Amino acid sequence: MSIKIEGLTHIYNSKSPFETKALDNINIEISDGEFIGLIGHTGSGKSTLIQHLNGLLKPTEGKVIINGLDITDKSTKMRDIRKKVGLVFQYPEYQLFEETVFKDIAFGPGKLDLSEEEIELRVKESMELVNLNYDELINRSPFELSGGQKRRVAIAGILAMKPEILILDEPTAGLDPRGRDEILDQISNLHKNNKITVILVSHSMEDIARYVDRIIVMHQSKVVLTGIPREIFREHEMLESIGLGVPQVTLLNKKLREAEICLKEDIINVEEAKLEILNWIRSKNNA
Amino acid sequence: MSAIIEIKDLVYKYRSDDEELAIKKITKDINSGEFVVVIGHNGSGKSTLAKLMNALLVPTEGDITVDGMNTKEEESVWAIRQTAGMVFQNPDNQIVATIVEEDIAFGPENLGLEPKVILDRVNEALTIVDMDHHRHRAPHLLSGGQKQRVAIAGVIAMKPRCIIFDEPTAMLDPSGRKDVLHTIKKLNKEENITIVHITHFMEEAVDADRIIVMEEGKVILEGTPREVFSEVELLKSLGLDVPQVTELAHELIKEGVNIPKDILTVDEMVMYLCQLK
Amino acid sequence: MLKDITIGQYYPTGSVIHKLDPRSKLFITFSLIVGLFIIDKFLAYGIIISFILMATIVSKIPIGYMTKGLRPLMFIIIITFLINMFMTTGEVIYTVGPLNVTREGLSQAIFMALRLILLVIGTSLLTLTTTPIQLTDGIEYMLNPFRRIGVPAHELAMMMTIALRFIPTLLEETDKIMKAQIARGADFESGNILSRAKSLVPLLVPLFISAFRRADDLAMAMEARCYRGGENRTRMKELKMTGKDSISMAITGIMLILLIYTRIM
Repeated sequence: MSIKIEGLTHIYNSKSPFETKALDNINIEISDGEFIGLIGHTGSGKSTLIQHLNGLLKPTEGKVIINGLDITDKSTKMRDIRKKVGLVFQYPEYQLFEETVFKDIAFGPGKLDLSEEEIELRVKESMELVNLNYDELINRSPFELSGGQKRRVAIAGILAMKPEILILDEPTAGLDPRGRDEILDQISNLHKNNKITVILVSHSMEDIARYVDRIIVMHQSKVVLTGIPREIFREHEMLESIGLGVPQVTLLNKKLREAEICLKEDIINVEEAKLEILNWIRSKNNA
Repeated sequence: MSAIIEIKDLVYKYRSDDEELAIKKITKDINSGEFVVVIGHNGSGKSTLAKLMNALLVPTEGDITVDGMNTKEEESVWAIRQTAGMVFQNPDNQIVATIVEEDIAFGPENLGLEPKVILDRVNEALTIVDMDHHRHRAPHLLSGGQKQRVAIAGVIAMKPRCIIFDEPTAMLDPSGRKDVLHTIKKLNKEENITIVHITHFMEEAVDADRIIVMEEGKVILEGTPREVFSEVELLKSLGLDVPQVTELAHELIKEGVNIPKDILTVDEMVMYLCQLK
Repeated sequence: MLKDITIGQYYPTGSVIHKLDPRSKLFITFSLIVGLFIIDKFLAYGIIISFILMATIVSKIPIGYMTKGLRPLMFIIIITFLINMFMTTGEVIYTVGPLNVTREGLSQAIFMALRLILLVIGTSLLTLTTTPIQLTDGIEYMLNPFRRIGVPAHELAMMMTIALRFIPTLLEETDKIMKAQIARGADFESGNILSRAKSLVPLLVPLFISAFRRADDLAMAMEARCYRGGENRTRMKELKMTGKDSISMAITGIMLILLIYTRIM
């Protein structure tokens, strides 16, 4: 088991007038190599949840066990957890600070007791993973780069630590559709080629649906749904009631059923919708 | 319809030694009362165009006139900015004061209006954006969508004829985005304010009167939402999204299905498929 | 964690003092400070203490709140007290081991400690009863006459307002940056002074860059809303002195005169 979360509850500002329960009895298991989509509105608790996974926050109640290490255990060193769990925050380009792209990406690995050669290798590899040209960019100041490039430098900085579990909080925030597709494709390739566990936090159902193995839906500090994308999108009433949508074609399918055009039960992308509709037309013409 | 913003042969370079032109000869009018959406991927020049429209930037070549005033004329700059207000992308970096109502008063105060008039305008603006009950709150306690509505109120309080929105939803979550879009539409339909809405999200353009698609500093496509959205191949090649139903219609037509190519909504698709029954 | 720092500490109770014009409150506070530094007799301290006590009661602010500001300074107050008590030469009245307590020392110590305490309480009264906006408005007004000699009154007030507006935002950002760097293995806690200072670079550089970027954006937004400095600018809430302000300032004036008198007599 890669990640085991048992009865996790987190309360901010307890015993004060501002007390808030951000997480309420969360129980989740994530296996090695899974690609998870974590979805929920602002305030649903998803940011709080992921910060427990690398020990930035500690549970008020419950346990969080990462690859056998219990973060609530006093003997567990957070350093060890953070070597395994890489967390990329929203707008990660705002954390860049070094004089050169090389030095910034090397910051994380530099804290891991590695040789200079090993660090250089890692910087090279991680830049390749996010499609940044090593020779062209390593000596430039990160602040000279475009927004999209800066973001990729920041992500490379985490990838260079070779985490076994990679968590990305809204990696597509603020990007245009092309930028969004590029980053998600890169993350997807990373997952396939390097076989790491990936947790993608997002509000966009459509983005998540295309890439993840399993979706966890959060609402008001609780987990309300978990399952593969097809299963989750069947629950469109529930999703709409908590302010999340379903892909447009899934909605289309529902309305077609109401109009007595019955396609297969779960359609989650345009390709499937097209095939199903064409089938329906052919079968009608044959009838 | 008379033009409120006239753009003629506009060319713009950020620095005189720049080789690449940010805007490469655009001639367009924005008509009074219109809801125009300018779409393009990051780097297409759309934000630059926005800033040229209210004299934050001045044309390298060509002219822009706002309500008859040329943006190159220094004395007209303040009148231009009062006529064409602007709301920016980052909700935090537009709010100046420590409480909401004070920030909304900022614009009118700059215009030298009487205190009583300022108070009336602040009250009115707060009502329009539905932030009355938050008037005494500190901005850092608001959500992204609320902050943007405060920014919008701050602009409305100056009673502009036109508001330019430079990617106002790019940094917001879905509910914030919904609130802001709702407010923008309300301003156009109820308050009759001309809107120029800059974005890279296609779904925000569905209700526009006109869409202008930009690419590399030029206008590459223009028309009503139906006309523009149905150019699925072109939009995809520009790195832009289309609504899934529009893409689906396009794919089905390729396979010989008899439905129109300008389907924009789920309901329309249902209707046309039912006609095939 | 960082968000718990409250700046300004405005405590609304709707009292008379809260409703006074910030300018009169600034005048009163200033007079208090001047008073505290010119007096040298117990009687004078008594006058000031009664004045502050009266003000506190009228303001309806709980005494506990007023003294909150003293807690971080307790250490300094005690040290000051002890140093003055043991180190002043004069008529010895008590001995503790090798240290002598003199009569002069004792009264000096009490005066110094009282001065610090009353200073803190007096200024707390100001910040607890006046909002940051009112304070900056008041300061701008008071500095206005000095514009002729080049004091940028409006600009200073604008700077203060913007600073106050962005402090919570920047604190939030500091938190975010810290977490992002900790996630990369940064350590802000261990090591000696030098290494801890060095470890602040990944925190301060992004913070500064972000602050400059915000400043850029904000300037553009302000210009888009026709900001062009203080010329011909009006205010939605104008400051207005009332009878209560005149009375408060008069009472303060009388107190000052009495204090000066105690000094001379």
